[in-house]
Amino acid sequence: MVPLSWYLVLSAILFSLGVFGFLLKRNIITIFMSIELMLNAVNLSFVAFANFWHSHPAKLASGVDVVPLSGHVFVFFVMVVAAAEAAVGLAIIIAVFRTRETLNVDQVNLLKL
Amino acid sequence: MTKNLNLWVIPLLPLIGAAINGLFGRRFKNALVSAVALLFTGVSFGWAAWAVWTAWPGSGIALPHIETLPFPWIVAGNFSAPFGFYLDQLSMVMVLVVTGVGFLIHVYSVGYMGHEGGYYRFFSYLNLFMFFMLTLVLANNYLLMFVGWEGVGLASYLLIGFYFLKDSAANAGKKAFIVNRIGDFGFLIGMFLIVQHFGTLNYDSVFNALKDAAQFPVDPGWGWLTISAICLLIGATGKSAQVPLYVWLPDAMEGPTPVSALIHAATMVTAGVYMIARSHAIFNLAPHALELVFVIGCLTAFFAATMGVAQTDIKRVLAYSTVSQLGYMVLACGVAAYAAGIFHLMTHAFFKALLFLGAGSVIHAIGGEQDMRRMGGLRKKIPVTFWVMTVATFTIAGFPPLAAFFSKDEILSGVYASPHAGHLLWAIGVITAGLTSFYMFRLWFMTFFGEYKPEADLGDAHLAPAGHAVAAAHGSSGHAASQADDDHGHGHSGVHESPWIMLAPLVILAALSIVGGWVGIPRILGGHNAIEHFLAPVMEPSPGAIQAQELVKNVPNATEIAHEYAEAHPNAAEVKTSTEWVLTGISVAAAALGLFLAWLLYYKRPELPDRITAKARGLYLLVLHKYYVDEGYGALFVKPLLALSTVVLWRGMDQGLIDGLVNGAGSVSKGVGNELRRMQSGNIRSYAAWVVVGGAAVVAIMIWLGVR
Repeated sequence: MVPLSWYLVLSAILFSLGVFGFLLKRNIITIFMSIELMLNAVNLSFVAFANFWHSHPAKLASGVDVVPLSGHVFVFFVMVVAAAEAAVGLAIIIAVFRTRETLNVDQVNLLKL
Repeated sequence: MTKNLNLWVIPLLPLIGAAINGLFGRRFKNALVSAVALLFTGVSFGWAAWAVWTAWPGSGIALPHIETLPFPWIVAGNFSAPFGFYLDQLSMVMVLVVTGVGFLIHVYSVGYMGHEGGYYRFFSYLNLFMFFMLTLVLANNYLLMFVGWEGVGLASYLLIGFYFLKDSAANAGKKAFIVNRIGDFGFLIGMFLIVQHFGTLNYDSVFNALKDAAQFPVDPGWGWLTISAICLLIGATGKSAQVPLYVWLPDAMEGPTPVSALIHAATMVTAGVYMIARSHAIFNLAPHALELVFVIGCLTAFFAATMGVAQTDIKRVLAYSTVSQLGYMVLACGVAAYAAGIFHLMTHAFFKALLFLGAGSVIHAIGGEQDMRRMGGLRKKIPVTFWVMTVATFTIAGFPPLAAFFSKDEILSGVYASPHAGHLLWAIGVITAGLTSFYMFRLWFMTFFGEYKPEADLGDAHLAPAGHAVAAAHGSSGHAASQADDDHGHGHSGVHESPWIMLAPLVILAALSIVGGWVGIPRILGGHNAIEHFLAPVMEPSPGAIQAQELVKNVPNATEIAHEYAEAHPNAAEVKTSTEWVLTGISVAAAALGLFLAWLLYYKRPELPDRITAKARGLYLLVLHKYYVDEGYGALFVKPLLALSTVVLWRGMDQGLIDGLVNGAGSVSKGVGNELRRMQSGNIRSYAAWVVVGGAAVVAIMIWLGVR
């Protein structure tokens, strides 16, 4: 069985890739994809932990096993939010492209001082 | 038998009038404004007359009659001050004078102020004044009296500065208020001392306590009784325009003439005299304070009279005359002839109100001119005014059988009988009476006799070098033909008699000036000095209280107290009848001499005054400049205070410290913000970097906390 730490390392690697892509890329779609990457890295750690706790159930004083499902639930939440974000984000991207005719974020800087 | 007289109604009615006119008067027609003002003042007078009638000594109501409203006013620990009203013989006289003369002046104002802007404002203030004055007079404790005291000061301020667009009027208002504040401070300290030693400010408690000679013996030195009496006296010098705080009253003539008549002659300025008379129980136990009282009264009477001699503004002559007459009243209080003081207060209210209103009628007649050098020959043109002014002039000069003859004589004989250097004071009083007669007849001759010369050149040729200084000192008084219609110009052409609504009060006041003194005809002239007997129960140091007299017998310094009692009641010390005749004769002779000199100088040979002033130029200038007192106060108090305020308080504290702190805080935030705004680059990836840095910082802190 694959140990928990491997999942976590993979998750960290994916998250860091997301962060660096987020920071370094200029194309707004790539940045968007980096954000999705970070979200999914987090999802990976959630399911990994969920799986881990599934095989190590906590025992209550009464002897009943408690199998937490919050990891799975959160993953669904994140997916929903990510989907909503994708819809909104892509709409914004289209709007930005229509007005600015570019996808380079360094040129989308009207709000600077 | 106690009967509820609802005394609280008397002051409250004018307050309602003031509120109605003040709040809604702007939309009212003038007739409605005057109807409201007259109605409430008139009903107040009626109520006061009814209350006095009902409570008249012998009617079965015990005097002093005290009424306290059922709810308390101030309660703090053991101390309490009620809304209480106090009716005794003294406040009876006062309340009738205030409401009666006040009502007449309200009537007069309807005619006088008819052409002025701010008509409703004027009547609102006038009613407000009545409210505060009646509170002052009717209060049953010093604190409530102080409320009225401050309130009349406020009303006075508002009315002096009634023509607030005129700088001199606004400044005069401020001057009156500030100078009065100095006196009020003394009054406050006096009240604090009374609270400290009696634990109450109610008249009856304080005065009853003072009757206990064992507990409160006569203060031979400078103990707290003397100090508190002196503090009260300081208050009185402010309100009653005595040396050294009299300077505000002449400037107060900037107000409309009915105001000068009501507030600055007949009622408010007598508040100080009333207060001293009311506090006579304290003053009687403090001989040194009494000495100070008569010294101040005497100085004021004399110097104000000399200042009146050189004035050319008709209202200012009357102002100095008022100061001088108030000096007489204070002098009477100083020799413990309180009844004489109050008597003179009453007659003075009649004849001085008449003089001011008459002067107002003259000013009205000739279109706002106030300088007597531009008057003259008005006798034929405004006959009614002339006749009432004649009555008033003869009254104030002290000719029998007019009112002031009796009251002034009463004071002078009281002074003569006083054990403190009585004869010297009496001599000064008689000289002052002569001076009074002189300057009043000077006014009379200059105004009503000779040629009418409205275009007279006031170039002050004989004054040339000092001319502008005079202008500065006088404010708007004499000079400046251009200012002639400042006060009361309404563009009438030609001399015209005033309407009857103005003349009727004059005639009534003239009648009162004639007969008003007859309530105090002394015994030698066949009268029985009714007013003194009337006031005696109030002024008696031991009002018929046998126990108090027994106490006197039992205390070691009984003779001293008895002596004080004798002092307090100089007429008991019976000046001999023949002496009294001589005294009376001398004071009438002084008045006649004043009349003769004025006749000689201002009627028979009008060129003489110029020659005399040229001869005695130094003295003349000194008097004309009112002994440079205003200038002295300016150099001594105003300029240093102004410099201190400008340099230290304004430039140093306000601009330096406070503005520095505020502006400093502002510029620090501005600088910090200026640096921080560089973070707002507009570059999305730099924002992202900040987010990452922040997130990393959070993670780092959590790791650090977890490790620990």
